[in-house]
Amino acid sequence: MSLTLLHKLTLSELQRKFTAGDVTATEIVRAYFLRVAQVEPKVNAYLTQCKDAALAQAERLDQALKGWRKTTPMMAMPLAVKDNICTEGVRTTCASRMLDTFVPPYDATVVAKLRAQSYLLLGKTNLDEFAMGSSTENSAFGASRNPWNIQTVPGGSSGGSAVAVAADECVAALGSDTGGSIRQPAAFCGVVGLKPTYGRVSRYGLVAFASSLDQIGPITKDVTDAALLLGAIAGHDPRDSTSANVPVPDYLKALKRKDLKRLKVGVPAEYFADGLDPEVDQAVRTAIEGLRELGADIREIKLPTTDAAVATYYVIATAEASSNLARYDGVKFGLRAAESKDLLDMYLKTRAEGFGPEVKRRIMLGTYVLSAGYYDAYYGKAQAVRTLIRQEFEAAFQTVDLIVTPVTPTTAFKFGEKAQDPLQMYLSDIYTISANLAGLPAIALPCGFSKAGLPIGFQLIGRPFEEETLLRGAHAYEQATNWRAKRPAIR
Amino acid sequence: MEITRQEVEKVAKLARLALTEAETTAFSQQLNQIVGYVQKLKSFSTEGVEPTSTVPGQSNVFRPDQVQASLSTEQALSNAPDAEAQCFRVPKIIQES
Repeated sequence: MSLTLLHKLTLSELQRKFTAGDVTATEIVRAYFLRVAQVEPKVNAYLTQCKDAALAQAERLDQALKGWRKTTPMMAMPLAVKDNICTEGVRTTCASRMLDTFVPPYDATVVAKLRAQSYLLLGKTNLDEFAMGSSTENSAFGASRNPWNIQTVPGGSSGGSAVAVAADECVAALGSDTGGSIRQPAAFCGVVGLKPTYGRVSRYGLVAFASSLDQIGPITKDVTDAALLLGAIAGHDPRDSTSANVPVPDYLKALKRKDLKRLKVGVPAEYFADGLDPEVDQAVRTAIEGLRELGADIREIKLPTTDAAVATYYVIATAEASSNLARYDGVKFGLRAAESKDLLDMYLKTRAEGFGPEVKRRIMLGTYVLSAGYYDAYYGKAQAVRTLIRQEFEAAFQTVDLIVTPVTPTTAFKFGEKAQDPLQMYLSDIYTISANLAGLPAIALPCGFSKAGLPIGFQLIGRPFEEETLLRGAHAYEQATNWRAKRPAIR
Repeated sequence: MEITRQEVEKVAKLARLALTEAETTAFSQQLNQIVGYVQKLKSFSTEGVEPTSTVPGQSNVFRPDQVQASLSTEQALSNAPDAEAQCFRVPKIIQES
């Protein structure tokens, strides 16, 4: 097969070719870095490229496989990893000046699992600094660009991973999702993004933003690939006490059924209210009709506390962030300000120099809501409302198996459009945040395009640890529609 | 309820952030806007509702108290801005009287 076409394959297709011996690991690496050299100057998906290490690893694999072919599913698969996930020996910056030179001495558990299967790390992808943002405009190293229209943002915070997948600069990628950071950029870039149930995937080695909300998950070209990559990274980890000791099923099996008969799917009116762009509204409603045609039983449901989700999230997430980011003090790793007269001065200057505006803003907000006199009014109140949101989903899942919603109120917006108005940027997370607050699995997948040619996605939310139902619903829809046939024209 | 400039300065000190005048001005305005928006939580009745701090049911996860392999001193110090004699080096804390 021509090397110039390899990058177009999905993960499952590339696995088949490699297992059959039709392509070598070295050919895969060369093909992908040809593609990266072509499009990377236009889209800026990567913060670090690992070409030499990937080539060396590929040559070792090809050598070892000579004569005797025994492969693991992720062997030689060229993946990209969001740059807030620790990779031993490879710089991990969180797109922050604070960690510009940080080289982790250990792998995140998800990376260790992929390494054990001999995957190929192509590079580390761009993000909003410390995963705080919805556009990658908060990256200290420059924003990534949406391959469908480089004048628009790719979404965030896992924007670099979504761009790398959409622009064929890797076969699949890992992202992290605290309030929509996998699903929103996946929707903006026309790819698939899955946020697993809280506890499904180990957070060990994921640089903490908001520990009770963060989850690592796959960003892929199609639903089958999401099932494959989730299967490779999921599972209990003694190093993450919040990871769940729940068996990992074979997610591919969930894709076998092609219809949605007897599947009850809820449509919450609150997710189709004011502020939803008419084109997105139309595309998602058409997708819901598509689910109905596949046999799903579509029902109206109510989630009235949805209106509180953004406020709840921005209290809880910033409170946890202000605590988690206290570790950046210039002592053990990361930046230290050059001239300081004493220890306090060193803290103040180091953090002033190392953090960008959005990170500072969230630390300030989090510190404020946790400070004496305000703790109960804000943090305590938000935790109680979080309970209401959870209970509302629990009640809804008594009557339905899946919930279907938009992912984002609009298609990808232009650079600078929301950068000066933090609250407007926060409100763009309205449809994705609740799944994090309730700890539920959710998937974003393509369901059309706007008149301007930008991708539109829709979201399915499921019960805890029922990623199989999500994947089944998403896969049946994907097979019936095939939006993936249309690719960005960037070259 | 207005967050004053003095409060912003106090919070910045608690958060160990040295802010410029311009940042203090911008954050005063933005924090007021965001906290103003957050007031909507008050309209949701939470009397008798238990708070959620984390989603999974489990708490107090234990493991046997056994020594396990961990990072070497060299690895632990490999990213230190300043290190000496197997220690992290920091500015002097105790002032001479």
